[in-house]
Amino acid sequence: MAFLDYEVLRLIWWVLLGVLLIGFAITDGFDLGVAALLPFVARDDVERRLAINAVAPTWEGNQVWFILGGGAIFAAWPLVYAISFSGFYLAMFLVLSALILRPVAFKYRSKSEDPAWRARWDWALFVSGLVPALVFGVAVGNVLQGAPFKIDDDLRATYVGGLLGLFTPFTLVCGLLSVAMLVLHGSAWLAVKIEHGAVHYRARAIGAGAAVLSIVLFAIGWGFVATGTGYAIAGVADPLGPSNPTRMTTVVQAGAWLANYGRHPWMVIAPALGFGGTALALAGILLRREAAALVGSTLAATGIIATVGVSMFPYILPSSIDPHSSLTVWNASSSASTLALMLGVTGVLLPIVLIYTAWAYRVMFGRVTTAQVVANIDLY
Amino acid sequence: MDFSVVDLSRLQFALTALYHFLFVPLTLGLSVMLVIMESLYVMTNRPIWRVITRFWAKIFGINFVLGVATGLTMEFQFGTNWSYFSQYVGDVFGAPLAIEGLMAFFMEATFVGLMFFGWEKLSKRQHLFVTFMVAVGTNLSALWILVANGWMQNPVGARFNTDTMRMEVTDFSAVLFNPVAQAKFVHTVSAGYVIASVLVLGVSAFYLLKGRWTQFAKRSMTVAAAFGLAGSLSVVVLGDESGYVLTDNQKMKLAAIEAAWHTAPAPAGITLIGLPDFETRTTRYQVEIPWVLGLISTRSLTGEVTGMSELVLKAHERISSGQIAYRAVQVLKRTPTDAAARAAFELHKRDLGYALLLKRYVADPAAATPAMIDTAAWDTVPSVPLMFWSFRLMAGIGFLMIALFTAAFVISTARRHEQYRWFLRIAVAAMPLPWLAAELGWVVAELGRQPWAIDGVLPTFLATSSLTPALLITTIVGFTALYGTLAVIEVRLILAAIAHGPVEDLPEPAPVTALPIPSLAA
Repeated sequence: MAFLDYEVLRLIWWVLLGVLLIGFAITDGFDLGVAALLPFVARDDVERRLAINAVAPTWEGNQVWFILGGGAIFAAWPLVYAISFSGFYLAMFLVLSALILRPVAFKYRSKSEDPAWRARWDWALFVSGLVPALVFGVAVGNVLQGAPFKIDDDLRATYVGGLLGLFTPFTLVCGLLSVAMLVLHGSAWLAVKIEHGAVHYRARAIGAGAAVLSIVLFAIGWGFVATGTGYAIAGVADPLGPSNPTRMTTVVQAGAWLANYGRHPWMVIAPALGFGGTALALAGILLRREAAALVGSTLAATGIIATVGVSMFPYILPSSIDPHSSLTVWNASSSASTLALMLGVTGVLLPIVLIYTAWAYRVMFGRVTTAQVVANIDLY
Repeated sequence: MDFSVVDLSRLQFALTALYHFLFVPLTLGLSVMLVIMESLYVMTNRPIWRVITRFWAKIFGINFVLGVATGLTMEFQFGTNWSYFSQYVGDVFGAPLAIEGLMAFFMEATFVGLMFFGWEKLSKRQHLFVTFMVAVGTNLSALWILVANGWMQNPVGARFNTDTMRMEVTDFSAVLFNPVAQAKFVHTVSAGYVIASVLVLGVSAFYLLKGRWTQFAKRSMTVAAAFGLAGSLSVVVLGDESGYVLTDNQKMKLAAIEAAWHTAPAPAGITLIGLPDFETRTTRYQVEIPWVLGLISTRSLTGEVTGMSELVLKAHERISSGQIAYRAVQVLKRTPTDAAARAAFELHKRDLGYALLLKRYVADPAAATPAMIDTAAWDTVPSVPLMFWSFRLMAGIGFLMIALFTAAFVISTARRHEQYRWFLRIAVAAMPLPWLAAELGWVVAELGRQPWAIDGVLPTFLATSSLTPALLITTIVGFTALYGTLAVIEVRLILAAIAHGPVEDLPEPAPVTALPIPSLAA
């Protein structure tokens, strides 16, 4: 395994970090989207149950992408885990609180027929979808801008700045883009998964709006990134060096986030996929090709997230107050042996996960109908 | 009261971990019981077993979601509240958490959806397979979490790297096959089996007392009696004392549990009860049984159980040795090639963590006064009365559980489920006890590890994030309010489901004297 030197391992784990985030966005993303648009897409109890049962059997497994994301960042990028989650402290608290509500709301809503009880859990579901979608986007915006932290020579990080500082015009655009993208994905899922009827048609209408909004917001975001602050390594990076951010220097440059597209033109695939996927989703919705819409929204999420990754490469989390503390692919990873071990484990286990996940989707294949929702006592 | 960031971070960790562990053990045990019940259904083909499986699966589901919801906080809390811990040991500690997600939690969460929604879509055998996979996933999940936790108690297979200022893996199989982790795994899942059995036993006893769903209740009781007897024997006999002789910190934990202020000649006696006093470093009104402790902890008549005073002396030496390592690290930070510093570091690196204990009193541990070293050495003693009493209460409940399940097993085997009403009442009353024991078990394990976050490697007070007390108080209040509300709702839903009974699946008509179902809308 000589070709798997430290540099290659770090690159693979950078790609796997992207795979995890994209995996989360395209699986749990539609659950978040469905929850966020629940009050709008479904008006009465039977309609809401249709929407809820379109995701109920599989959302739990999808959510593991989020939990695995936490674990894998911890294992492969410990500095990123340590600094991002403690830095975005209250934002993380909001996300976790919202996500805590979700399993409970799914399960407990159906335990009583009382309309007030159900209305309360519908609210909880709405919050559990909207808040994480928004905060994740805002967080990504802040990662692009750089976060206010500093690392000392013991590699202890100090973070300055609070919750409100996270919200700038640019990060809000990112947050809204994230909401629009996941609502589009959720609508496409509902269009595929629910029988033709009121909910299905509303989902398509909302999805079309969300697709247009996604394209506009992605373009605005791109404009911000093209002219705004970016970071670049001063001198030569050492891809084989120890994971110690204090040994590298960074310069801040306007527009530096676009430099990679000049160096590696093939990276343009990512933003192209972001725009193209969204356009495909829109076309699918308008032409009543629901499967194409879902493929489109999946590609859109993939492209938009990959755009952030490749624009920033090799940076993962730059520091706005002390650029030399910035975390990159070359200075924030685990040791080579941990990366190699985790790669082996992932190589064996991830295919197995994908196989039984595919089986679970196959068992639950087919559109959810009003008749099922009314007759089957196992449904929520 | 003025709380520091570390106090509040610890409080939050204690609250969320103890809260998480109200739900987890029931998930662990009930998932296995569901496999047993559903296997009986598939093998005998009798509908009553389907009723039993589906009813307990409903209880499982109500509980499961809160286990998941509270687990979310746990997964990210190391990053949010223990940032330096995450940087310092993430290279080792992160791997088991990631593998837990990949190997165990994915399995559990994917199959649990099919378990609830697949009754109509899967064949009987397929559904049993799905239930089985949920149980496998749940229990594997516990394994990996306890591998991570075991490493905090006994950090094997890793070394400090001066280039990256953190611990890094040298031998992952040592981390995985850490004897402390293995002992903890068996002990913890067994505790889960006992908790689930007590719930099933207690609820069945309740139905039998009320004369409701008796066919359902008798069978449930029989499964609980057998499974609970095995679980309670395992949890006591395979307790994790065997890991207590491995490291200085584990020895300290054992000494604190026993209030053993000084090393006793082998084989040591066990202190049954007494009043430990930290000021005078003695235990008053002590009742001791000879030999027993030596047998339990060293599995021999010749092994010594080291006392706290002797362990503190040893800590003293290790702090002095650690100061040399610390000085060497300061040099190596700037000049990684300094040969003399490298040699000193290699010689003293296993005591580096002990020097860090001094950071509570002085910014530069190399400049500590003898008085500081003395105080830091005594810091390695955890709270003796807390350890002493928590352990005794936990162990006492363990023995009670053996008695309870032995009786239940005899009664069930003799098919006299309804005959001994006094026993049924005890079975109902005993329900909260194993939860109490499990929580106390974590108190012993984690407070007994203090002052360390990672035994001998990283003191807890250094492991925090750069947060303010106000931020921590905000999230503590927020999570407590949220968790508190959800706990109340969950308990009411479980009580309502119990009062409701297995009514949807049972052909027999509902009894006229139905219990009032607690209103859920309030």
